[in-house]
Amino acid sequence: MSITYLEAIREAQAKALRDDPRVFIYGQDVGAFGGAFKATKGLAKEFPGRVLDAPIAEDAMAGLAIGAALEGMRPILEMQFADFSTVAFNQIVNQAATMFWRTNISCPITVRLPCGGTAGGGPFHSQTMEAIYAHYPGLVVLTPATVEDAYSMLLEAVAIDDPVIFCEHKFLYYHLKADSLPTEALPVGKARIARVGRDLTLVTYSAMVHESLAAADELLSEGWEVEVVDLRSVKPLDTDTVIASVARTGRLLCVGEAWPWGGVTAEVITRVVCEGYDLLDAPPQRLNAKDTPVPYHPNLWSAHRPTARSIAAAARKVLQR
Amino acid sequence: MVQTVIEPTSAGDVSATRDLYIKAYRFMLLARVLDDKLASLYRAGKILGGVFLGRGQEALSVSIGVGLRERDIFAPLIRDMAGRLAFNESVLDAARTFLGSSLGPMRGRDGNIHRGRPKEGQLAMISHLGAMISVVNGGLFARRMRGIKGTVGVACCGDGSTSTGSFHEAMNQAAIEKLPLVMVVADNQYAYSTPTERQFACRSLVDRAVGYGIPGYEVDGTNLTACLNVVGEAIARARAGEGPQLVVANLLRLCGHGEHDDAQYIEPKLKASDLGRDCMKLAEAYLTQQSWADAATLSKWRAEAVQKVEEATAAAQREPGPDPFAENYWAALSTENLLEGNE
Ligand SMILES: Cc1ncc(C[n+]2csc(CCOP(=O)(O)OP(=O)(O)O)c2C)c(N)n1
Ligand SMILES: [Mg+2]
Repeated sequence: MSITYLEAIREAQAKALRDDPRVFIYGQDVGAFGGAFKATKGLAKEFPGRVLDAPIAEDAMAGLAIGAALEGMRPILEMQFADFSTVAFNQIVNQAATMFWRTNISCPITVRLPCGGTAGGGPFHSQTMEAIYAHYPGLVVLTPATVEDAYSMLLEAVAIDDPVIFCEHKFLYYHLKADSLPTEALPVGKARIARVGRDLTLVTYSAMVHESLAAADELLSEGWEVEVVDLRSVKPLDTDTVIASVARTGRLLCVGEAWPWGGVTAEVITRVVCEGYDLLDAPPQRLNAKDTPVPYHPNLWSAHRPTARSIAAAARKVLQR
Repeated sequence: MVQTVIEPTSAGDVSATRDLYIKAYRFMLLARVLDDKLASLYRAGKILGGVFLGRGQEALSVSIGVGLRERDIFAPLIRDMAGRLAFNESVLDAARTFLGSSLGPMRGRDGNIHRGRPKEGQLAMISHLGAMISVVNGGLFARRMRGIKGTVGVACCGDGSTSTGSFHEAMNQAAIEKLPLVMVVADNQYAYSTPTERQFACRSLVDRAVGYGIPGYEVDGTNLTACLNVVGEAIARARAGEGPQLVVANLLRLCGHGEHDDAQYIEPKLKASDLGRDCMKLAEAYLTQQSWADAATLSKWRAEAVQKVEEATAAAQREPGPDPFAENYWAALSTENLLEGNE
């Protein structure tokens, strides 16, 4: 048997619906049609009345999920594309994220954001939004990079009593495959060493984990052993695992598909510099997408986001200092 | 004439009985006295942040509070002291929140109008106008999924708030789902300083009901009997499973937008018109005219309201404010092991 990242997301939702009567799914076209990407394929039929088409009204979708969560439900919201969650931004960051702190009542909603670039996606179907959500207190932000994590972290997201932003990467939907679904997993909040190495710590997450692993292969042929840390969750961020890795390698490169200003890579570097300055043998570096909207044409798109090649080039600069 | 609009005179089965009228009036009075007290505490520098009053809007707001039942959901807005008190809020909860007591429902984390007890059906508004309506929808949606019947939700807003995308998204959503939502719009002719002609171009906001495919009602917001009838009927219909209802009340706020505002922009013509009548005075005249209360009774009721308000505000002022070191104020998640360290 082989299962894709997208199928894992579907299976996790099926299990959540099966195991917990409080769970329901709400989003555009998620019902009989099974979702724009088919992440809810067959679920409306299997769970009547619990997988429901929403109008094109992201603000009201999020508001409804929040109101239902206050009544003890565990809604899963599917945004058709992460980019459209900007319309729900107010409800997510001002209503859901402040709920527990203001009222002492938790707000267990899971917002699934199909994010990241794919060839031809263009400016409004390619965005990665983890940084802006992570900026707000009161949200948990997950960025699974593997089939196993897509499955186990989505189940954990539904179980968490707080609002969770689940950033699933569209580029991984179809090509990433695993032999089977996991039976155990690292908990949310723990990073994973995706590859062991002693010369450089490469911290990344989501689809960039795979570009980074490919870069590490390329660098190995040049004699460099690169350690790749997959953050898994960007909030909370597992600073301990990152710093322990930097303690072994003395060098740090952070890679993210998001835009360069602020964000996850800046946060990781800040933490390492503030807490582990003495561990560094060279100035830490980061590599992000270019500071423009995400381009449509594949020639432009592949030069806009980090790739194995550009990551390897950035890594060489850190390694050769 | 719009087909779905029901004229206030044909208000149907729910008639305001003497007891209901008196109950409603006494909550209006309590709200007015409390609002006035908060205004003077604000002027004395005892309240931080904005103080927004419901003066002139009590008849409409109270009609919601007395129409709701224990398991219902209420999303009040900035001018709903009367509705909050009549539904289930204590004077002390309100006083504590305005006066920064750590014992209030918001524990000093949020203040003034931003208060509630969601577990008891009273949602704690966020500032962003229009944002509470879909949250009420969600509560009603959840109840339907759980097979809980017979409860309704009421959301409130002003004329200006109807211009938000959130308002439209939520109204349309409630209509699609046929949720028992009663949307009460207080058209007080201004949104802060902006008159309604800069806010909408339809004849009346009630005409919007047609676009959503739901019933709409227009009511004189200065007339308690009319408000009790119309809001009562809308709530009864929603409760009976007839889906969302839109109530638009015409009135004027008899104060500034907030207590910082002298409202010099309000047209004198409007103040002198029927819209500018004080619903409290009209209700008192009606009580007297019906011989339901004489002058002595009215002043006894007022004295009782003043006493309650004085007690609560005095108590809240004696209570401690939040101590930043006493409890974990810096935890924005309920899941402790997922909290990030605060450096
Ligand atoms: C989304 C949003 N924009 C702006 C404001 C600032 N604001 C607070 S009250 C108000 C006027 C509201 O007018 P209306 O809805 O008519 O209610 P009223 O104050 O007249 O009762 C404005 C602009 C806000 N709270 N939310
Ligand atoms: Mg107004």
